[in-house]
Parts: sequence; structure tokens; C-alpha cells
Amino acid sequence: MAEKKYRVVHYLNQFFAQIGGEAKADIPPFTKEGVVGPGIPLQQALGEEGEIVATVVCGDDYFAENIETAAEKVAESVSPYKPDVFVAGPAFTAGRYGIACGASCAAVGKKLGIPAVTGMYEENPALDLYRKEVYIIPTANSVRGMKEAIPKMASFVRKLGLKQEIGLPQEEGYFPRGIRVNQFVSRTGAERAVDMLLAKLKGEPFQTEYSMPTFERVPPSPAISDLRSATIALVTSGGIVPLGNPDRIEAASASKFAEYNIAGVDNLTPDAYQTCHGGYDPTYANEDPDRVLPLDAMRALEKDGTIGKLYDRYYVTVGNATSVANAQAFGKAIAEKLKAAGVDGVILTST
Amino acid sequence: MHVATIVPISLTVGANRIVPAVAIPYPLGNPALPEDEEKELRLNLVKKALRALQTEVEKQTVFEK
Repeated sequence: MAEKKYRVVHYLNQFFAQIGGEAKADIPPFTKEGVVGPGIPLQQALGEEGEIVATVVCGDDYFAENIETAAEKVAESVSPYKPDVFVAGPAFTAGRYGIACGASCAAVGKKLGIPAVTGMYEENPALDLYRKEVYIIPTANSVRGMKEAIPKMASFVRKLGLKQEIGLPQEEGYFPRGIRVNQFVSRTGAERAVDMLLAKLKGEPFQTEYSMPTFERVPPSPAISDLRSATIALVTSGGIVPLGNPDRIEAASASKFAEYNIAGVDNLTPDAYQTCHGGYDPTYANEDPDRVLPLDAMRALEKDGTIGKLYDRYYVTVGNATSVANAQAFGKAIAEKLKAAGVDGVILTST
Repeated sequence: MHVATIVPISLTVGANRIVPAVAIPYPLGNPALPEDEEKELRLNLVKKALRALQTEVEKQTVFEK
């Protein structure tokens, strides 16, 4: 006697759904029956108990540029399949895909009341956006970790599908959502705190009961009072470099930033500049690099006296799966250089 | 200040003055527009970015239209 299988709908981006790369990143959500791409090993891991009945696909750019609408459309596409579980990704360290996975899971949970889970790397910027409302399973930082991610996600999907109770994050292996659950313990908070303090003083391990968020925040700098005498600099994470990428900034996981002289340059033209960023469709930036680094506009505003001066150098890196540690180090080094050069304000552009 | 297409990411990483951009592959442009209109659009976005730099903020602020 075969038991009724629990039903699963899977979400993928255009890349994992084998529709295409960055050139197809602008396609709106659509549905495919059955399994696609990573859905195949996921279905294998689920075995006979569950069935992936459909796959919803959306382009990463479309999603990230229309987060609310896209998430709503995904939820609408999921609804007719009446699944027991919705699973998205995994997104690894991909930022746009991470947002798509997180927002889809949140929307499906909220609008349809269907439990949802996704997977991503701990430095994915979407983690902190969605961890409070979505179960997110930790994965490696690249698709090379698919093999390890699939069984972890499958066992979570199974639990949700069989309507089993989900325990604490450390037991179940999902990122803590910052939800506190009341429980009775024999020792008072004061005693437990002193125990922790003693352990800390002795250099022994201890586990906090309330971990603090680790966002780094910098105080806003004061406003520029006189723009007409100010020097403004341009910085970009969009990978605009002189043609040929002379410093060989990596297309992804950048290990460096570069500095280029733009004194006397009024306009970024395709015969002299290009993008080396590997995380978006380069067609438009290569046609006119000012679309990412607005040098022509800044030069015009310098000429008409709106700003005192456009700083003679710009700084560039590639923000594509770049580690937070690297990005922070680049930011600090660039800021120090700009400060030393007497720059009053910076426009940082990101794709 | 940060001109960024995906404002939630800009907020997560801690930018204090944020101006939303046009689209991921062309944050300060729009290839669908005629050249002069596209330049105008870019100029206006940069002006908005400069206005953000001239505005005192105490916390993270998104400068909408």
C-alpha cells in the first residue's frame, strides 16, 4: 500500500534551471512541471516519500529589481500545486539568487501558509534579510558544495513534508532565526551568567544565551556644506576598468581593487573602457561604461560649477561573491587614500 | 554615498546615504532610451546623489524620488 507522497515545489534561477546565463537574467517567473537541474538530486534524496511536482523559475535580475512583485508572482505560481513544502535554491554565495530564494520562501510562507526552506552560504547578503522568517540551511560558498548541500536540504524538506516538529537551530542545522523560546531551567540567570564569566576568564568554552548581532555600522559623515568647492570621487564595485583589465581584477571573488587616472577624460567610451565584472550581463556596461561609472555626468557638473572638482582618480573592484573580509579591507584602504587626498565626498556605484 | 540597485543589500552592508539605481546591468543608464534622454537620466541620478551628500543624516537613509 503506497502512502500519499508529500508534495514539493522547487524554486530555481535561470542559471540552475538551464535557461541561460546573465543574458537571461531578466526573465519573469514561470513554471515547469516536475524536476529541473538541482531538483534531480534533490528528488533522489527525497526518495519515495516526497515528490517535486513543479519548479518555479525566475531570472536573478528580474527578481532583485522587483523583489515584492516577483515574490508575489512566485507565490501565485506555487499556489495551484498545493504543495506541502516549498524549497528554494540552494543559492550558495550568490546575492541576487539568495534574495530570490529568501523572498520567495517568505512570500510562500506568509501568503500560502506553506512551510519553506532554502540554503545559502553564511556570507550571502540575503541571509540577514530573511533568516528571521525563513529556515535557511548553511551551505558552502559555491556550487562545488551542491553534493553536501542536497542531503541536508532534503532531510529538512522531509521533516517539513511529514509535518514533524522542527527543533532548535543547533539541533536541526539551520541558521538561528533570532527567535527566543521560553524554557524552564534549574539555575537562575545570575548564576548562569557568573558561570559563563568564570569560564570566559579561564579561557574555557561557553555558549551565550543571547548572541549580539555583528553588523558593522559606521556613523554617517557630516553633510557637505559647500558643494561648489568640494572634491568628489567616484568608486564602483561594478568592475569598470581600462580595456584589457590591466590589473587583472577577478570577475568573481575579487582579491584586489585598482586605481585609475581619469584626469582629462570626459566620457568613458567602449574603445578605452569595459567591465570585468562576471556577475551581470556586460552588454550594456561595455556599450557605455558611464552607465556604471557616471564619469560623463560628473564631468558636466564639474564644468558647470555644481561641484568644485571631480577627483583625478577612481577606484574599482568587482562585487561578485567577494568575501566580506576582502570587501571591508578594500573599503578601508580606499577610504584612507581618498581622505589623504583631501576628497570631500564619494559616490559609490553598485550593479 | 551609495548608488545601488538592490537597496536591501545596501542597507544590510551599512551604507548611510542610499540612492536607488535603475537596474543591475545599468545602474545609471537605460539602453531603451534615446542617447540624450539617457544622459539626462544619469545626470539627474548623479545630482540626486550629490543632494544626498549635502543632506545631514543621523541614520541610514534611502533618498527616494
